[in-house]
Amino acid sequence: MKLKKGIPLIDQHDQSGFWGGKFGGSFIPETLKKPVEDLTEEFKKLRKDKRFIKKRDYYFKNYIGSPTSFVKLENLSSHLGGAQIWAKVVSEANGGAHKIYNATVHALLCKAMGKKYIVGDTGAGYAGKMLSMAAKKFGLKCKIFMGAKDIKRQKPNCDAMKKNGAVIVPVYSGSQTLVDAVSECMRYWVSNCDNTHMCVGSTVGPNIFVKICGWSTAQISRELKDQLKSEFKKIPKKIKLINCVGGGSSAYGFWSEFIDFNKKQIELIGVEAGGPEKSNLHAAPLSRNAKIGVLHGAASYICQDNEGQINETESISAGLDYPGVSPIHCFLKDTKRARYTHATDEEALNAHVMVTKFENLNPSLEPSHAFAEAIKIAPKLSKDTIIIVNSCGDAKKDRDILKERLGKN
Amino acid sequence: MVSLINKAFKKAKDSKRPALLTYTVAGDNTKKKSLDILKSISAHADICELGFPHNTPIADGGQIQTSAYRAIKNGIKINDIFAIAKEFKLSKKTTPIILMGYYNMIYQYNENNFLKKCKSSNIDGLIVVDLPYPENKSFSEKCKRKGINFVQLVSPTTSDKRLKKIIRDSHDMIYYISMLSTTGGKLKVSPKKILQNYFKIKNQNKSKNVVIGFGITEKTIKSLKKADGLVVGSAICKEISKSIKNRQNAVTNVTNVVRRLRNKIK
Repeated sequence: MKLKKGIPLIDQHDQSGFWGGKFGGSFIPETLKKPVEDLTEEFKKLRKDKRFIKKRDYYFKNYIGSPTSFVKLENLSSHLGGAQIWAKVVSEANGGAHKIYNATVHALLCKAMGKKYIVGDTGAGYAGKMLSMAAKKFGLKCKIFMGAKDIKRQKPNCDAMKKNGAVIVPVYSGSQTLVDAVSECMRYWVSNCDNTHMCVGSTVGPNIFVKICGWSTAQISRELKDQLKSEFKKIPKKIKLINCVGGGSSAYGFWSEFIDFNKKQIELIGVEAGGPEKSNLHAAPLSRNAKIGVLHGAASYICQDNEGQINETESISAGLDYPGVSPIHCFLKDTKRARYTHATDEEALNAHVMVTKFENLNPSLEPSHAFAEAIKIAPKLSKDTIIIVNSCGDAKKDRDILKERLGKN
Repeated sequence: MVSLINKAFKKAKDSKRPALLTYTVAGDNTKKKSLDILKSISAHADICELGFPHNTPIADGGQIQTSAYRAIKNGIKINDIFAIAKEFKLSKKTTPIILMGYYNMIYQYNENNFLKKCKSSNIDGLIVVDLPYPENKSFSEKCKRKGINFVQLVSPTTSDKRLKKIIRDSHDMIYYISMLSTTGGKLKVSPKKILQNYFKIKNQNKSKNVVIGFGITEKTIKSLKKADGLVVGSAICKEISKSIKNRQNAVTNVTNVVRRLRNKIK
């Protein structure tokens, strides 16, 4: 298993859609074969279409607000000592998180395919909120599938979805979280694929959805590459790019331009959800050695039992609370290009507290997992090491959880 | 050698009716109960599909999900499912049994071990919902070598070009999904339209047995009786749920449903 240079990772799969010969693919019911093939054809065509690219860039700039800023966290760095800590503040994007990139591209694809309805899944509510925004922007009718447990814990995002005119469909099956929302969304698509487009909220699902999402979020690292060059004159010698990993869409977007670099120069670190400290439950298939399995149309490392039943996961962060992970991250793990670890709920909370205390930054619980790792390793590293954390979401949505856990208003 | 599945279709054809295929979930709501139900309904059904329940079923509607979750909650394991099938075949030697489920469970069990176990449990066929053509090519060939029927699925969205290839690579039975829906949806396409699509498949190779499933109930079954076979699943699972809720005998109630279904097409 080997990475190729000069080819985007999203395109390094074989004819059957597998990365490294075993991750990804399209394990879908027969009914979805045709809509998935149509979408594959359309995407293949449009990504080479200059007018479409122009349109995408126009909306990325004028609607999403690209580029998001790249800032040094001076106070946090001097408090911890050691490496310099920087943040790519992707939460500045319209809507408050990276999910807007994928949502915007899917809305454009939906329009191009002449479909009037768009549906999507959501965990933290960001994917749903952004899809509802994009749907409103482009005049599409929108339905969002969301686990009943997540609806309760991410109320601010639900309010936003409703305000944008989307219908939220609560999912009561299974653990009532993201995994069930994705299943229900796929079921809905099976029944309505003739007039409805489906947006998968992360770099998961059948091969084509991994590609579209990765192609969309890659904007983050294109910006960062330019920002690094203008800040440091050239790409620095020692960089660590730290990103939380649930499905893995923000991490792929943050890393995609840097995968070809030597890992001694640019280390890629993914931080999964370790769950509550004194519990065996987690959502960390990569760093806690889960076995390969098939979930939601793709093969990847999955939290599951010996029989192939999907395990319940637990994380304080709804956006990371998912038993599977993107096949491209499995590929990065097995080729040893990226290193994956996890942070517990408590570590993420502490990181959130520390970052907000020292900096004018309000990372949501998802990137707080990445900050936890940065805080852990920074003191041990040299001053010329540049740690960059993707602060990919804003904590407004976590208001209720933070209040409950920290007594904060 | 003629498969039991082919024999079952021939028997139905000889009495000028479609074959009746039932679907129940193994272990719903207990191992013993699901075996009792299977034995009892097979008096009226020609082929029994037995679902191996998965907790992330992306193509099943509410009724089958409920049955699956109930069975898993009651502790059903894959080896129990093989045991149920084997026990069933001891008393019903000529009734074909088809296991139906999702690929991850076969993958975790290991394809070869799974098929070995199918063979020793006298399983006649397999339906794997999320392993479409051509991804299923190597597995369906393995099935063929073991003398197990791999049932290909075809849907209203299947293109003509694809259809030809699927039929060419199919074994004795092809499963036509009546409409764009998960299992148990309300029949939203006219029976006439469904049969039109059905004959498009059937006429390509008359030796294949083509069954129609999804949305078939006591109300709709008669309108589709020109097919080689008709599958009823959700309506049966629903009856099990209802019986449990009303503290009634599920075996009797479900058997009555299947008897009525059979009477509608005889």
